[in-house]
Amino acid sequence: MARVTELLVNGGRRRIDADSDRTLLSVLRDDLDLTGTKFGCGEGQCAACTVLVDGTATKACITKVGAMAGKRIVTIEGLAPEGKLHPVQQAFLDADALQCGYCTPGMILGAVALLGRTPNPSEAEIVSGMNGHICRCGTYPRVVHAIRSAAGKGGLA
Amino acid sequence: MKRRDFFAVLGGGIMVLLEDEIIAQETGGPRRGGAVPVEIGAWLHIGSTGEVTVYTGKVEVGQNARTSLTQAVVEELHTPPATVKMVMADTDLTPFDIGTVGSMTTPRMWPQIRRAAAAAREMLLDLAAQKWSVDRASLTIADGKVSAGGRSAGFGELAHGEKWTRSIPSSVPLAEATAWKVAGKSLPKVNGRDMVTGAHKYSYDLKRPGMLHAKVLYPPQFGATLVSLDTSAAEAMPGVKVVHEGNFVAVAAPEPDTTAKALAALKAEWKPVTAEADSRSVFQYFKQTARDGAAAAGSLTPYTIAYIAHVPLEPRAAVAEWEGGKVTVWTGSQRPFGVRSELAQAFGIAEEKARVIVPDTGSGYGGKHNGDAALEAARIAKAVGKPVKRNWTREEEMTWAYFRPGGLIEVSGKAAADGAITEWEFHNYNSGGSGLQSPYSIPGKKEQFHQTKSPLRQGSYRGLAATANHFVRESYMDELALSVKLDPLEFRLKNARDERLRNVILAASDKFGWKARQKTAGRGFGIAAGFEKGSYVGTCAEVSVDPKTGAVKVLRTVVAFECGAVVNPEHLRNQVEGAIVMGLGGALFEEIQFGEGKIATNRLARYRVPRFADVPVIESVLLDRKDLASAGAGETPIVGIAPAIGNAIFDANGKRIRRLPLMT
Repeated sequence: MARVTELLVNGGRRRIDADSDRTLLSVLRDDLDLTGTKFGCGEGQCAACTVLVDGTATKACITKVGAMAGKRIVTIEGLAPEGKLHPVQQAFLDADALQCGYCTPGMILGAVALLGRTPNPSEAEIVSGMNGHICRCGTYPRVVHAIRSAAGKGGLA
Repeated sequence: MKRRDFFAVLGGGIMVLLEDEIIAQETGGPRRGGAVPVEIGAWLHIGSTGEVTVYTGKVEVGQNARTSLTQAVVEELHTPPATVKMVMADTDLTPFDIGTVGSMTTPRMWPQIRRAAAAAREMLLDLAAQKWSVDRASLTIADGKVSAGGRSAGFGELAHGEKWTRSIPSSVPLAEATAWKVAGKSLPKVNGRDMVTGAHKYSYDLKRPGMLHAKVLYPPQFGATLVSLDTSAAEAMPGVKVVHEGNFVAVAAPEPDTTAKALAALKAEWKPVTAEADSRSVFQYFKQTARDGAAAAGSLTPYTIAYIAHVPLEPRAAVAEWEGGKVTVWTGSQRPFGVRSELAQAFGIAEEKARVIVPDTGSGYGGKHNGDAALEAARIAKAVGKPVKRNWTREEEMTWAYFRPGGLIEVSGKAAADGAITEWEFHNYNSGGSGLQSPYSIPGKKEQFHQTKSPLRQGSYRGLAATANHFVRESYMDELALSVKLDPLEFRLKNARDERLRNVILAASDKFGWKARQKTAGRGFGIAAGFEKGSYVGTCAEVSVDPKTGAVKVLRTVVAFECGAVVNPEHLRNQVEGAIVMGLGGALFEEIQFGEGKIATNRLARYRVPRFADVPVIESVLLDRKDLASAGAGETPIVGIAPAIGNAIFDANGKRIRRLPLMT
């Protein structure tokens, strides 16, 4: 089995030793203790495990770590490295766009990616862009509001 | 057992809800545990630098109890929110609590914490008066300090970090709702920052030194028994331990991937069982198995309610660690003390030998009342002699957890020409008794809950059976309105005497523009109202129905909600909106399909839950009754959306759908 020995995560090189067919989610959570990336379903249906891979929202639970060579991965822990919240994180707090918070890291990274490709999305673009994310607490209207608000304040990554 | 009854004024009369009955309904078991502690120190401690630690057995599952209870402390103690630390749901540190169930945190725990904080405030004033030998009336208390003239002392300086054994006086003065400064305001989620940065550790995320990851081998069918097991291939894997105790089989290994491979390497043979019912036959099965016999069906109209799943986004998870005969378990459960009892019973140990700690949890909705993962983790940890983590998969969560009960509900009634309901008979099979009683004034009404057998494991759910009972009642209200050719709003107002019920109906219909609504082809408007767990809800919905496919799109909903004095308006709005979104799923498309002892809808790809694109415009109207005690709000807003949609569909196309979900 091929081994993966290095990942580019949150701006740094992290040493790992993982089978290439393991999921990115497991390596992030179990090997690197980056548990802000959540397990929700394991089948790419809920997007709680969303991370950015070269700026693209990627479901880590259905992504093999072997496909990550040379790619820049950003997890929720890498979004506010200096302790200053990213505008999208702040917008989620301001709009009270969370209840239990379990979907929130994935939602935020999905929103950052959405704003990266569509800096000023319409409500319909937010709905279609975020429709892969599940929030069981039902904060969807607030998430839409938060993304619009972040877009207005330059919520680019 | 001490019975403390509480009362809810309902219509002209008084309904007595026995707390024990509610607990039994919510948890499937009787109340356990001792008396509520009376000393201040059991609830609240002031440290030497003025930090206030508050102890409550309630859990935080997204309903924002951590924030609302902080507001209770700040309001009465006069200390900045940042100085308050809530220790929640740790059975070694917090007073016994029956569980975060039945929307009881706000009506029960919130006043308890307020009284404790108010008693601490009085104690601080006493200490300052003594210290400075001044008249107590000359003191002011604000911002974590007591002051008199030019002198001032921080809470920490006065309290000296002592644990206060003084009893909370029954007559301790509390701030009037009309004078609230922090309660009644939208304090932001106190640990929201930890959620948006990913710093918060849920049970699913926790690690302990030397811990193994475990998986359990479940039978292929509910009730199947193990005939033979070959563990040799699994045990040959490096680091793998196999636990086999009767029907219970588990594997554990240092890396989760090894655990998964070991589970797959187990060779098991199971004795199949014949299932008694499937998701099609279950409604007849309910009636056939009714313990008190079924009512005569003659003139009754049947409605059916599907089983649905909670689908908390964080599946069940636990980490267990044994040390010196005591087990500590971190797990996401709404009943930490209930889980402690389960552990004590399972391992034959005293309750003090089990400690349960519940980190803020990735939601529950009534779906995490027990200790499934905790018991598995503790059992495996005991067998392998190391800390063990047991994270359920989504498939396990959607198969081996419990469901909101399915049900068969039969109803009949009559209305006089003026709209007054003259007859009402309502039989609920298996769904449950919550919200069974009509809030309308109907002489001689007959309402009965019939216990039956259930082919699936079932339990609590947000609002329990109130959703099913409101769906049927409010749908049938429209059927009766039609029978006497009255507008649904007018018909409800004719039969609603309870002022609080009338208020939510009027507030929702006014904001919705009910009277000015314009009928167009393929569009429909529906209204529903209800009462449950001390709060009132009125819901209006507008839908479009595709004339060819029958596909329903909910376009707009208005919800008027009244739960007494509002504790946190923004968080209340969030709960109301969330309940509507969650309720859309059960109303429109959620349904557990099962047969032959298996769940067919055991994954999110096979079980649809509401998503962004399903959400209508949601407008909420909060009726703030500062003259009334605050009631809980996490559940009741969910009960009106299904009947409002069902009634709107009928308005659009004349088809009365008598089942949940409405779309199949």
